[in-house]
Amino acid sequence: MKIRAQIAMVLNLDKCIGCHTCSVTCKNVWTSREGMEYAWFNNVETKPGIGYPKDWENQKRWNGGWRRKKNGKIEPRIGSKWRVLANIFANPDLPEIDDYYEPFTFDYEHLQKSPEMPAMPTARPRSLISGERMEKIEWGPNWEEILGGEFAKRSKDYNFEGVQKEMYGQFENTFMMYLPRLCEHCLNPTCVAACPSGAIYKREEDGIVLIDQDKCRGWRMCVSGCPYKKIYYNWSSGKSEKCIFCYPRIEAGQPTVCSETCVGRIRYLGVVLYDADRIEEAASTPNEQDLYEAQLGVFLNPHDPKVIEQARADGISENWLEGARRSPVYKMAMEWKVAFPLHPEYRTLPMVWYVPPLSPIQSAAAAGKIGHDGEMPDVRSLRIPLKYLANLLTAGKEEPVALGLERMLAMRAYMRAKTVDGLIDENIAKRVGLTGAAIEDMYKYMAIANYEDRFVIPTSHRETTEDALELRGSCGFSFGNGCATGATETNLFGSPKRAKNPMEVV
Amino acid sequence: MRDLITYIVFGWYPYLCLTVFLLGSWVRFDREQYTWRSGSSQLLRRRQLTWGSNLFHVGILIIFLGHFVGLLTPIAVFDTLGISHTFKQWLAIIAGGVAGVMCFVGITLLVHRRLFDARIRTTSSFGDIAILLLLYAQLVLGLGTIFVSLQHLDGYEMVKFMTWAQGILTLQPGVSALIADVHPIFKAHLFLGMTIFLVFPFTRLVHVWSAPVWYLGRRGYQIVRSQGRLSASATSSQRRGAARTISAEYPR
Repeated sequence: MKIRAQIAMVLNLDKCIGCHTCSVTCKNVWTSREGMEYAWFNNVETKPGIGYPKDWENQKRWNGGWRRKKNGKIEPRIGSKWRVLANIFANPDLPEIDDYYEPFTFDYEHLQKSPEMPAMPTARPRSLISGERMEKIEWGPNWEEILGGEFAKRSKDYNFEGVQKEMYGQFENTFMMYLPRLCEHCLNPTCVAACPSGAIYKREEDGIVLIDQDKCRGWRMCVSGCPYKKIYYNWSSGKSEKCIFCYPRIEAGQPTVCSETCVGRIRYLGVVLYDADRIEEAASTPNEQDLYEAQLGVFLNPHDPKVIEQARADGISENWLEGARRSPVYKMAMEWKVAFPLHPEYRTLPMVWYVPPLSPIQSAAAAGKIGHDGEMPDVRSLRIPLKYLANLLTAGKEEPVALGLERMLAMRAYMRAKTVDGLIDENIAKRVGLTGAAIEDMYKYMAIANYEDRFVIPTSHRETTEDALELRGSCGFSFGNGCATGATETNLFGSPKRAKNPMEVV
Repeated sequence: MRDLITYIVFGWYPYLCLTVFLLGSWVRFDREQYTWRSGSSQLLRRRQLTWGSNLFHVGILIIFLGHFVGLLTPIAVFDTLGISHTFKQWLAIIAGGVAGVMCFVGITLLVHRRLFDARIRTTSSFGDIAILLLLYAQLVLGLGTIFVSLQHLDGYEMVKFMTWAQGILTLQPGVSALIADVHPIFKAHLFLGMTIFLVFPFTRLVHVWSAPVWYLGRRGYQIVRSQGRLSASATSSQRRGAARTISAEYPR
């Protein structure tokens, strides 16, 4: 047993209102730069839809994630190491920027500077890559917002596998949900495995996956390797970039920007202890539908004295062990089993988990015709098909998602009985395998969701690894070589460089 | 005067180029590694790149290997192996010709894409375009030498270039005299070749140094970096060195 700790995240989709505050604050902090205009470390998709980049979940097309070979070993779907090197001159599995969208801005200046004209001046779109006029914007970062576009296109969504999807194209049967997405900071990341330079790494102390910007050579295999398409090639710097889980904030005990600014309070951050020696076995589980349980088997109980003892031996500090015991992520994923990994079938063992959304009961059920299970409605009569959620979260296995949804319904029924009728109904809790106390706890974390319950982030121990004296007067967070940006403001002879396109300010 | 120019261009210029090539690459790697990258534009436009880049790279790698082995292997080795100069000349013409044509088709696609695709053109730096055109010119000159070589299949000229290259690397600038009477197209090819070494550290060509062949030897797939631990007795330089340890691990 080799115990490591990771700061993991849970998103409670039941409460996501799709406001994009997470995406916008993240963008403002991390990706509002040339070369990264198209990149969203965090984006919110409306499901069903093909997503961003287009069709990212279809690994038959993009070859992201891992494949289990006949001999039981796993290798990246893009190929073994020599295959990766053979494709280095032109990567066959790399999306084009149009698969994300061509970044654009508008000629806002024209609104102020245009001469007096009979017609109102307009701000027309202009490409942020070539600087040329775009006559028509064909796609954007959130083109399918609130089911925009035709059902025929949206329904190419990979999660419709095994669902009779035609009926969901009808207005009265339609359904939708939001899916905020960011880097999963996987236990078995394919991006790391696919990087020929060895520039991508997982941090031992908190599990954050980072790209060493100095070591990255721009071979772009990570973009293909990542099945979530959460690594972005910066066309300006020639380096790949990804969500850094706001590690400077995490180290200081603060939540990530997306979590901090989430107005729906849907995000949770907490420590999960895991056994690094069990990762390979779990990721190689033969049946894809068992991968969710296999990943649960990698997580360790922070209350177990043996685990605590071993964790101490492996150098995990007391405040992290305390954080693990109070971790909201552990409670939701392991104790209540209401949170699930996103697409475990990619075999990356992702560490950003999701609580599936409840949805209105279909009209037939509401009218009392079908599907009431005692006090609670049957989760199969909810508007979002169970199979769809299972395809998203458990490789198609419906039982775990059904139990999670039932527990959330039970929480509502229990609390309604308590606050409206004034009675404690332990039977509701018992029916879903919980106790009344556990449900009250769930209620506190998931419904009330106080700041200190959502974010339990122990500070890192830089003092044991860095000499503060050495860091005096250094640049802190920067690209490249210390304080140098690697960009030169002037040309060889000292005069300013010309702008590369009309939109760029030098 | 002609002798002096020959001496400067083929006797001393190679040393200038090699020095800038080595020192420049070292300084850039050491000081500005953030700028050290292949500079791929595949994300912006896939069209023409798949064929162009593959043909170009495979072709130029064969050509580079051919030049490296062909020029720098001591003549005595060929003589001992019983490889005649005529045979070697034919080998160079055929292998180099095939690889050269591959490379030519590839680079033509790449040049067209870089100059006439608005996205690629506006996002290219002066250096990106210049080095591509430089390589293009060099390749055309190189292919041009084939027709000259077909005039003298005895390998006599070829041996001259081998002696010259080996002389330069063994610090004998006097070997430049051998180049004095070769066909001008060879002179142009040599001069441009050395110039490419000269500008190498200032362009995206530096990615050649970083060809990630070591990937094949990586033990596991995953890379985990741990923070080193400070010990009270360590000196400050040891502390910096101990900061990160890297280990490759699961899955094997």
